[in-house]
Amino acid sequence: MRAGLARRQVFAIAVAGLFGKAAFASPLAQAELDKILAGRPAKEGVVKLDLPAIAENGLVVPLNVEADSPMTAASYVRSIAIIADTNPNPLVATFRFTPASGRAAASTRIRLAETQNIIAIAEMSDGTLYTTKAEVKVTIGGCGG
Amino acid sequence: MPTPIPRVRLPATAKKGEIIEIKTLIAHDMENGQRKGADGQIVPRKIIKLFEARFNDALVFSADWHPSISANPYQSFFYRADESGSFAFAWTDDDGSIYKAAAKLTVA
Repeated sequence: MRAGLARRQVFAIAVAGLFGKAAFASPLAQAELDKILAGRPAKEGVVKLDLPAIAENGLVVPLNVEADSPMTAASYVRSIAIIADTNPNPLVATFRFTPASGRAAASTRIRLAETQNIIAIAEMSDGTLYTTKAEVKVTIGGCGG
Repeated sequence: MPTPIPRVRLPATAKKGEIIEIKTLIAHDMENGQRKGADGQIVPRKIIKLFEARFNDALVFSADWHPSISANPYQSFFYRADESGSFAFAWTDDDGSIYKAAAKLTVA
């Protein structure tokens, strides 16, 4: 079991090295990312994720995300998607903004099954994509059982 | 589960152009479909899957929620005040129920 996971992680890192894109340990999470990217490149930056480095309780982990943008009709952040690598359902949420949002920022609370990487993908009104990631160490997992 | 009661916090007044924060919370188990009940059977998924905020009938923010959102989901977001009017907030459950809340904003 542990060896299998490690092998997958090594594979994911190898894939990331080959293709230079953010890759996940979990194929489920990778599939969600691929669906959002739809073959388009994503740059690092612009979007910021704020999560605790250590979460004692994986049932309730505060998450804040924000993307820099003037938020005008001509240039705004259309959406920010959140993916948790090794959760059973990796896609956590998609926040959809409008120029009336003023700031492309949102906070919520999420469940994390175990220590893992969280990735945010922001899509701008011109279709440009930005990503960032954060690792959260989870002491007690939050997906029932 | 009793009908979830939403709670919304936002300022009652704002200056034109001011960006205000809106904080929302709704009591809901957000049953993620992973958990086993006392009988050892998986408890079926039942979550709120969509949150929407409208101002004077125009959609200003929405969130798709999935099973990794915590129970009693919290959502905060921002809005650039432009004119006086009213917010309508709606939470859509897996079972089709829609829970609603409203709030007024006066722009000076």
